[in-house]
Amino acid sequence: MSIDDKAPAVRVTDLTVAYRHRPVLWDIDLDVPAGKLMAIMGPNGAGKTTLIKAILGLVPAAAGRVEIHGKSYVENRHLVGYVPQRGSVDWDFPTTVLDVVMMGRYGALGWIKRPGKREREQAVVALEKVGMADFQGRQISQLSGGQQQRVFLARALVQDAQVYFMDEPFQGVDARTELAIVDLLKELREQGRTVVVVHHDLQTVQDYFDWIMLLNVRRIASGSVSEKFTEDNLRLAYGGRVDFLQRKAPADPGPDETGDMRGYGRIRP
Amino acid sequence: MSVLGELFTDYTLRTVALGSAALGLVAGMLGAFAVLRRQSLLGDAVSHAALPGIVLAFMITGAKTPIILVLGAALAGWIAALLVMLVVRTTRIKTDTALGLVLSTFFGLGLVLLSLVQRSGGAGQAGLDRFLFGQAATLVGDDLVTMGALGAVVLASLALLWKEFKLLSFDPAFAGAMGLPVRALDIILTSLLVIAIVIGLQTVGVVLMSAMIVAPAAAARQWTDRLGRLVLLAGLFGAVSGLVGAVISSMVPRLPTGPTIILVVTTITVLSLLVAPERGLLAAWLRRVRQRRQVEIDSVLADLYRLAAQHDDPTSAPHEVAVLQTMRAAAGVRNSLRALADEGLAVADPDGRWRLTVEGAQRGRERVEGTT
Amino acid sequence: MSVPQIEILAIAMITAAGCALVGVFLMLRRLAMLADAISHAILPGIVVAFFLTEDLASPWLVIAAAATGVLTVALVELLSRTRRLKEDAAMGLVFPAMFSIGIVLITRYAGNVHLDVDAVLLGELAFAPFDRFEPGGHDLGPRHLWLMGTITLINLALVMLFFKELKLATFDPGLAASLGLAPVVIHYGLMTMVSVTAVGAFDAVGLVLVVALMVGPPAAAYLLTDRLSVLLGLSVLLGALSAALGFGLAIWLDASIAGCIAVGVGVVFLVVFLAAPGRGLVAELRRRKSQRWEFAQVMLAIHLLQHEGTPAEAEESRVDHLHGKEVGWTAEFTRRVVAGAVRRGLVERDAERLHLTELGRVEAGRALSGTAT
Repeated sequence: MSIDDKAPAVRVTDLTVAYRHRPVLWDIDLDVPAGKLMAIMGPNGAGKTTLIKAILGLVPAAAGRVEIHGKSYVENRHLVGYVPQRGSVDWDFPTTVLDVVMMGRYGALGWIKRPGKREREQAVVALEKVGMADFQGRQISQLSGGQQQRVFLARALVQDAQVYFMDEPFQGVDARTELAIVDLLKELREQGRTVVVVHHDLQTVQDYFDWIMLLNVRRIASGSVSEKFTEDNLRLAYGGRVDFLQRKAPADPGPDETGDMRGYGRIRP
Repeated sequence: MSVLGELFTDYTLRTVALGSAALGLVAGMLGAFAVLRRQSLLGDAVSHAALPGIVLAFMITGAKTPIILVLGAALAGWIAALLVMLVVRTTRIKTDTALGLVLSTFFGLGLVLLSLVQRSGGAGQAGLDRFLFGQAATLVGDDLVTMGALGAVVLASLALLWKEFKLLSFDPAFAGAMGLPVRALDIILTSLLVIAIVIGLQTVGVVLMSAMIVAPAAAARQWTDRLGRLVLLAGLFGAVSGLVGAVISSMVPRLPTGPTIILVVTTITVLSLLVAPERGLLAAWLRRVRQRRQVEIDSVLADLYRLAAQHDDPTSAPHEVAVLQTMRAAAGVRNSLRALADEGLAVADPDGRWRLTVEGAQRGRERVEGTT
Repeated sequence: MSVPQIEILAIAMITAAGCALVGVFLMLRRLAMLADAISHAILPGIVVAFFLTEDLASPWLVIAAAATGVLTVALVELLSRTRRLKEDAAMGLVFPAMFSIGIVLITRYAGNVHLDVDAVLLGELAFAPFDRFEPGGHDLGPRHLWLMGTITLINLALVMLFFKELKLATFDPGLAASLGLAPVVIHYGLMTMVSVTAVGAFDAVGLVLVVALMVGPPAAAYLLTDRLSVLLGLSVLLGALSAALGFGLAIWLDASIAGCIAVGVGVVFLVVFLAAPGRGLVAELRRRKSQRWEFAQVMLAIHLLQHEGTPAEAEESRVDHLHGKEVGWTAEFTRRVVAGAVRRGLVERDAERLHLTELGRVEAGRALSGTAT
């Protein structure tokens, strides 16, 4: 597997997506250097999920091109891992934790071939990584929200991808799971992998991520968190809710507000 | 015993039983996927819509060869499914309305064509009626061959594309991101469903066929949490219903096959809903009752401990049942006390008063201190 | 047309009108398939009532059918509330079972009473004129006309009386409940109306096809209007039209009247589906085509605006960049989009490079701000 080291992990050029001629994404350009943890942020309806889905070829683009490590998405699809929104599947589906994780190997397995001992072992290893090894035989409907999210992460881990796209992995999970996910993301980064995450919590951006894209139908800004996560950019992305945003704007931390700002973090109601 | 004997010797009964079992098997297995993908009602639309296809195939070819009628049915069912999709995609009309509309107009068209064939007195017209409500008695060897061949194709495809279909049903977005051709797989799986429906039409009829899709899967779901077992079990339930229904209707005069099979499969489903060990309603109810009972016993134990704790040695202080009853609004204090006695946590003195055992005092302390 | 034919036509049209009135609410509440379920499931109710009264036009049939219909809805709800089955599966389980019971009852026990299976299931409108309503010896017309006319009038009266309640409970059950409008009562009331209408209608089109009249005309009307009151009126009109069309077809072909009425419903829907102004398929395709160009032109303008004043401007504004691998347009598509944009005055072309005009800048800005909320 030869990977072009010089090319960015993800390159999106001039991507436009329309739903029934209502544009959802306008002319998006984006480069994500390899080995970054990137947050995609923006208000509701900004097109964050659509951007990920368009990159993955799940919604048709009106124009634009996506490259993964220097080659078209289709050519380098095997380098990509995906964690969809937890709520996008029916958790009452008759299957077990181990089985769901093994689904991550289906792409590499190819047609008709069944997963075997090797896939099972890979799945167990991934489950150990997310702290769910004891749950492998469990029916998935018996999992809590945080556990479901860990199972989805394990499924992505067995994909053994270079670039991961995760849609709201922190949505509705407990604090312990959130920390476990963050550790995992950082471990992936240390291995030189790239992770793109749809994120909502303005409060934790600086702790969790080193790269950011602010999105609201078009790209507001993208780059390193230290440069681009500014009050001006947030104002541009989130529009009217400026008073609310000022409380945590990193550009000018008010003298009284440097302390506990938890609880103001989530933009999403 | 005589029925079993006849199954082996009576050609008609054997044919009917085999055919009905085959239809139940295939419909049950494919139905499992339909139910999981929330396409239960699509089966209804497809089976109704097959009618004009059957009649038209007969009118064009003049033949009653099973394979031709089945092809006509499959084609019409297919067009109906596509039309539903087209209407939903291009207009504001929702799926349920599109299904109802397509189902009823196709079925109406089928009736019109059927009445035309009947009027012209086509030699084979009597044979087409059976597709409305099914008539297993008319099954012959040729039909069995067709059903068997189609069924084999369906089941073989299911086996080959098993993991793809599983992923498609559970998480189509993930399947798509992985590069699986989701649209094509969707079309293949729906086509297999259409074939499974068409296989059953002659036996069960277009009006009732949808139940053979839904009911076995609904029953099987109560017994297992694994997709593989679910599909096999649904096939088994379907086959048994087909077999039993066909045999019953052949033994009782004036008992139509289709409805009988449906009533058998419904019975299996209702029983499964009630008595299945984990998901069954009865099991759930028992669990609830047991839980509630345990809570009551625990609270009586806690009450007894609170009273006893006022004495130096909690095990040597007996208390009246009436006192305990004033502390508990709910009835059943005596039953709870008896349950505690069975566990060795409390004993009754000869005068009818109760006190804690050493173990009971300890547990009571844990309970009271743990809850406060 | 002979007098019996006129009478048949009148019954068919009134039936269609009555069905359309309740059908509108079924469609809007996404319960269209419940009409299918109810119309099948009331069969055992009809059969038992018929065994007792031996009269297909008896009011007891209506009452029994209404009770069975409500029972069906309650059963489906009970099953899906156990959370062991999804609602569609519950529906797909209940109505074939009820229908099977009905069929078995008919074939087992109807030998000595005259109940024609085909007449109940598939309709036998041709004989309706022979069944007269003759109170005190005066012939007042076919009995089915009176029965269905009464049901349709009741439906109309209920819809008019409870118009705002139905409307609110359909669009916002939560708000309706908070205003004390008891959506559950309205729901079961509607289901009772559906059952009663279905039993009245089975003579005209048969139980199996009642759903055509309940679902088809409202679906067609839904493509023509946004207003609930207009939707109701149009549905009634289109239903009556479908019935008339179907009856004409039946006479012409000498074929099953019920089947032809269902086909008539399908034809009326098809015409509306294709030709409806604004929402029909033809209009939609035409709009999509023109919007595709307009959209691409605005897209071009936005693309230029995004890169205006950036170092990449020189590269990004080249025509061949657009059909290069980044944007992914074909050369021919690009040529036509650029030509269109120049014609609309959005851009100016300077050899291989494109510049936004003031108008182009305004349009691009408007598109962006219009979508950014």
